[in-house]
Amino acid sequence: MLSVYDPVIFSRLLTSLTLAFHIIFATIGVGVPVMIALAEWIGIKRNDPHYLLLARRWARGFTITVAVGVVTGTAIGLQLSLLWPKFMQVAGQSIALPLFMETFAFFFEAIFLGIYLYTWDRFKNRMTHFYLLIPVVIGSSASAFFITIVNAFMNAPQGFDVDALTGKIINVQPLVAMFNPATPTKVAHVLISAYLTSAFVLAGIAAISLLRGRKHVYYKKALKLTMVSALIFSIGTAIIGDLSGKYLAEYQPEKLAAAEWHFETTDQAPLVIGGILTENNEIKYGLKIPLALSILAHGSPNAEVIGINDLPKDEIPPLWIHYMFDLMAIIGVTLMLIALTYVVGQRLGKWNVHNKGLLRLIVLGGPLAMLAIEFGWIFAEVGRQPWILRGYMKTTDAATTSGHVDTMLLVFTILYIILAFTCVKVIRKMFKNYPAEEEIASRGGNV
Amino acid sequence: MSYELLGITVLWIFLYGYLIVASIDFGAGFFSYYSEITGNKQLIQPMIERYLSPVWEVTNVFLIFFMVGLIGFFPDTAYYYGTSLLIPGSIAVILLAIRGSYYAFSTYGTKNNRFYLFLYGASGWLIPAALSTVLIISEGGFIKVINGEVQFQYMALFTSPYAWTVVGLALISVLYISSMFLTYYAYKAKDHKAFEIVRKYALAWSLPTIVASLLVFFSIRNHNVEHFERMVDLSWMFVISFLCFLVAVYFVWKRVKLGWAFVFVMFQFAFAFFGYGASHLPYILYPYINIHEHFTNETMAIALVTVFILGLLLLVPSLYLLMRLFLFDIKYVQGNKNS
Repeated sequence: MLSVYDPVIFSRLLTSLTLAFHIIFATIGVGVPVMIALAEWIGIKRNDPHYLLLARRWARGFTITVAVGVVTGTAIGLQLSLLWPKFMQVAGQSIALPLFMETFAFFFEAIFLGIYLYTWDRFKNRMTHFYLLIPVVIGSSASAFFITIVNAFMNAPQGFDVDALTGKIINVQPLVAMFNPATPTKVAHVLISAYLTSAFVLAGIAAISLLRGRKHVYYKKALKLTMVSALIFSIGTAIIGDLSGKYLAEYQPEKLAAAEWHFETTDQAPLVIGGILTENNEIKYGLKIPLALSILAHGSPNAEVIGINDLPKDEIPPLWIHYMFDLMAIIGVTLMLIALTYVVGQRLGKWNVHNKGLLRLIVLGGPLAMLAIEFGWIFAEVGRQPWILRGYMKTTDAATTSGHVDTMLLVFTILYIILAFTCVKVIRKMFKNYPAEEEIASRGGNV
Repeated sequence: MSYELLGITVLWIFLYGYLIVASIDFGAGFFSYYSEITGNKQLIQPMIERYLSPVWEVTNVFLIFFMVGLIGFFPDTAYYYGTSLLIPGSIAVILLAIRGSYYAFSTYGTKNNRFYLFLYGASGWLIPAALSTVLIISEGGFIKVINGEVQFQYMALFTSPYAWTVVGLALISVLYISSMFLTYYAYKAKDHKAFEIVRKYALAWSLPTIVASLLVFFSIRNHNVEHFERMVDLSWMFVISFLCFLVAVYFVWKRVKLGWAFVFVMFQFAFAFFGYGASHLPYILYPYINIHEHFTNETMAIALVTVFILGLLLLVPSLYLLMRLFLFDIKYVQGNKNS
């Protein structure tokens, strides 16, 4: 049997593909400027050329990822209109303001990034160059802030009414729409997990060099800076993740119930980790933590958590998002433990934190953190189904009716593979041909 | 001025800004590759790189700004253009992606890779042509609404003489605008050898630009008479545009006042572009979307305009700083200040 062309499915696949690819570069784009700023600031304050070189080399690699981030960001910006024209028609009337603000934030960032990259040795006072990075940090985080607001609005739309007769959108309140109940936890979670992931990716790079037998103190300083930052960001991510659970319980109970395979409404609800679901919706092999779901949802072991069976059947997201949630949370905890081990070991000074086992775990932490970002977004997006705009518009009603979305999916798959391949190749070559030791020697302490 | 007119004017100004900066950018990429195959690369590549490097990312934002603003002020455009532009829009996205990333790969990463240079030179040159499909279908005749569903007529697009004249103008004017700018930039950099080369490019592409513009002007008459008649009503703008062209080419020919020559190029395109835009009104997509009936709600309009003004207060000083450091800093332009 030939499958029938369905633009909705292909639109969803193409959007997922672009977002999954873009989010890697977007995450680096939001987090790495913070790390560069930390390194440059410490370098200036301690007058330590190694930290300054760290900032310089991170910034150099960053230019490549930022370029891919910009072009894939442009792609998703255009694809939203091309693939979801009916959604954008409604979004244009209700949530256009943060979209518009995002372009300004990005503009601001782009201008100062251009200036920052080309003015390393142009100012007598080194702080002047550091100050040029502040707009980049603010601009990139503000971009994430505004875009995540749009996503929050899709989960908890408010600030408008729909005219019962004409179906038109009336009584628009742009600020009420922006500051919807999902905004605080969602924005905070996206930002801090981007900082965490970037810190771990950079830590992984330093750890690889140490594993390969490079002994220079430059790499050890890089590892220390990134791991201490990672510990702080991972604690923050955990706290905000907990608050996100409380948001879901209050405003999107179906998402939480599906994520936790919570069928019957009960108090003292346990949290299920892993497991499989039988045909009769019984959970097998799962690890049950008593009371934990009630605590996650409402902060009290006796609180009642609404179950799937008490929610409208046709509004329950696919139950496999349970695994996405679990993987995201488990990776989050793992990252915190890795960072904690390093920092405690380093503080106590009794054992060598540069041992191979720990270094290998840190290297693994980078890709794991990025996977957690992907799992988290899949959970967030699939968990909102069947809605594109919760309670107002279903995903199937928002997609384009145009033909050829399947062809576009193929073309963009090839494009992203080529971009990913070249991007990795170029960055590797960039640093392989000019290792840090060589650059330290050639600069003779004047970084 | 009504909000809808203010909105479309702001958007049009940004699209004009994109037209200028993107043309300089894309044309420069093209010439960079061209110089590689003609063996002039040592002469003009360093100059082009010095200009492009700090500004390329800014260029993209003008486009995004226009697009987001259009959906914000006129939400129905998302529905009509979104449905009909899947293929041309995706082609533009792919070209933009190749251009942006391979520019960075080639400039910051693997230098002297001819294939990367070719990719970004060629893709950039084609982007304006791909984007111009939006302006082409805005004239009407390429979209049918059947049972409330928008359908795009691909054959009508491929067989339309008007469409091809616009594509031709897009391809040619990129090279003209860019070489006129590079002529000024080379002169400022006191790079005499590069100056002679790019000046030749500029003069070579001047006549084709005017011919292509005239072709577009007259092919609109066959495609959309209503629009053509409004253009004739505004013919003074097109006449001034032509006069600006003459002044610009004269200055370059005589090798005098090259800064002014580029200012006149900007005027040339400003008058033609705003003449075209003003006569296009009230339609954004003929005959389905016009600025009066399809404007967003007043609350959103006021909010967008407020943010726009606040945004400009932030951006104008930043852009001024960027230009002062890289475009008007004579030592940087001459290559005495690097990284």
